[in-house]
Amino acid sequence: MKRIISILLENKPGALARVVGLFHQRGYNIESLNVGPVFDGTYSRMTVTSRGSESDVEQITKQINKIIDVIKVSDLTEGEHHEYEFILIKYNKFKLTPKIQKILKPLSGKVLEKNANVIVMSAFGPSSDIEKAIKAIGKSNLLEMARSGCLGLHEGEKALKL
Amino acid sequence: MRALKDEGVKFIFGYPGGAALHIYDAIFKQKAFEHILVRHEQGATHAADGYSRATGKPGVALVTSGPGATNAITGLATAFMDSIPLIVISGQVQSHLIGTDSFQETDMIGISRPIVKHSFVVHDTKDIPRIVQEAFYIATSGRPGPVVIDIPKDKTDPNHLYDYKREKKVSIRSYQPKALPHPGQIKKASKNILSAERPVIYAGGGVILGNAHKELIALNKILKVPVTNTLMGLGSYPANNKHFMGMLGMHGTYQANMAMHNADLIIAIGARFDDRITNTPALFAPKARIIHIDVDPASISKIINADIPIVGQVKESLTALIKEIKRSKLKIDSDAIDSWNSQIAIWRAKHGLDHELYLKNTKSKMILPQVVVQELYQATKGNAWVTSDVGQHQMFVAQYYHFNKPRRWINSGGLGTMGFGLPAAMGAKLAYPKDEVVCVTGEGSIQMCIQELSTCLQYNLPIKIININNEALGMVRQWQDMNYGGRHSASTYADSLPDFVKLAESYGHVGMKVTKQSQLRKTLDKAFAMKDRLVFVDVYVDPNEHVYPMLVAPSGSMQDMWIKKNTKA
Repeated sequence: MKRIISILLENKPGALARVVGLFHQRGYNIESLNVGPVFDGTYSRMTVTSRGSESDVEQITKQINKIIDVIKVSDLTEGEHHEYEFILIKYNKFKLTPKIQKILKPLSGKVLEKNANVIVMSAFGPSSDIEKAIKAIGKSNLLEMARSGCLGLHEGEKALKL
Repeated sequence: MRALKDEGVKFIFGYPGGAALHIYDAIFKQKAFEHILVRHEQGATHAADGYSRATGKPGVALVTSGPGATNAITGLATAFMDSIPLIVISGQVQSHLIGTDSFQETDMIGISRPIVKHSFVVHDTKDIPRIVQEAFYIATSGRPGPVVIDIPKDKTDPNHLYDYKREKKVSIRSYQPKALPHPGQIKKASKNILSAERPVIYAGGGVILGNAHKELIALNKILKVPVTNTLMGLGSYPANNKHFMGMLGMHGTYQANMAMHNADLIIAIGARFDDRITNTPALFAPKARIIHIDVDPASISKIINADIPIVGQVKESLTALIKEIKRSKLKIDSDAIDSWNSQIAIWRAKHGLDHELYLKNTKSKMILPQVVVQELYQATKGNAWVTSDVGQHQMFVAQYYHFNKPRRWINSGGLGTMGFGLPAAMGAKLAYPKDEVVCVTGEGSIQMCIQELSTCLQYNLPIKIININNEALGMVRQWQDMNYGGRHSASTYADSLPDFVKLAESYGHVGMKVTKQSQLRKTLDKAFAMKDRLVFVDVYVDPNEHVYPMLVAPSGSMQDMWIKKNTKA
């Protein structure tokens, strides 16, 4: 089962490597990874998506929690949560048909660049919806894409903070 | 230097080199601690580790950049696996050269990352006191472990002056280890213990690291239930206590393994259900509920699911548990416990280890390795600090030397590092110069850090080395005998072994050789009578001897054991 693990950690050199290294060291996979500074900039928040059973994820979160630079860890998939991913995608010789526009609309699709040769678009939404959209649009003429990896927050007042 | 002095450091084990020269110059000018020059950085880390295991205080090693740092890696991994507080200070090339593949540059932080509890890089000279203080705090608190401090050479430049500042209390916002157990869990544990009919206490290295052996003894004064120790836990419960069943696991005693398999309650204390204990996890202790006390939440339910997890320091947790048991209206069913203890006695009588082998005149022309350990126990009256290397000799010591006090048994359990024994003995001897320190080793292991014989001469460390010499990598050979049709692939070297007596002599020590059992005790007594000399006793033993019991693996449970050659229990 897909899991979204959110990690609040010190924004220090090497802290990211400790977390990523641990996944490899303990034999867990990383499907996507996102990290950026939060609060006053001395903290970072990481969002990792991984796959595993409940006991696997329990062990992963416990092991991550042991890293000295890590402040808090939470498995968002344990409860209600918001989940979003941002994507940039580039096609050549591309026709923006009404059908494609309809697919992109719920994902807040935007055209960032458009000329005779290429089109660059952005979209965001739950990762599974993004994947469905890419599939529906088709991969012919796809030049490149970049994905932010999953971002998530708990629903309600629950929060990952010091 | 001042930061280390403020941490109460008495010894630093190290080896100089370019990137560490500023530090070495400062060491020359101070008198707060003694620097022990080893002959290889691996020796420095193991010696610091041995010092730590013997004293409970953190050990400190100092190495230079590049090869100095990489040579320290095995020692770091050894300490990491056994949760030993160790500080390794590594010199680094100058800041502006980092990342340029400069001379003797290596990414120590990167290489050591998976085998340290934490690591620091000094970016600013004035951070050194804070980093040293935090490093010692992290290494020694919670579940202990090794910490690396990597210092670029320019950050130790004596011309960088700053005001020395030491905090009264370390506070790290991302690190707050838990000490006190949850009272609700303690109540649940107490209720389960007092209603158990076949309970077993399974105590590991955490009891020793957490200085909780007195609490463990106090708990079992009330309960009077069978106790087993892991390899790392030996000494946490007195071996001469009638409730002690010996070690459990791969080479554990028959009674300890049978008790675990048939228990209705296992009280795991500072132990981690390692694969050398559980055998096949799915077949582990089918009838038992599990109480698991550990300071590290990640150790709980990692291999075996715990019914009652208790996260906390072992000492605090046991104190709370004892209090709760005393307060409880429930009383343990002493009839059930008596009959359980009688069952243990039956198992012990059936296949228990023979602890008086040394009194018998065996028909074997060769000395049995078990007899060497038993004679050693007699010769030292059980009072020695014993270090070991890894392999058959290590298991024989664990089985046949009775440890009645904690910390006296010093070995590499988790990583299984050959070469550990001699430098670890140096650390123990420096800590307790008046006590007998013995390194029990094999002719394979001892050659992995043999160069430290030179260090022992320089610092006058009269340890005793008992080399159980079977002219083969004994444990490898045993597995080859049992699982590989007796094909001794790369496990023998009888025709190329050194003359250990001459070798010891060439390092300025005393060497003795024993080939007959009739000479054994006399030679040991002679060696121990030489109080101020290092004596290397080379004992030739029967190379065909195996370590038993041995769990049947893979796919066996804890009750599936080889009890002797070709015989299963």
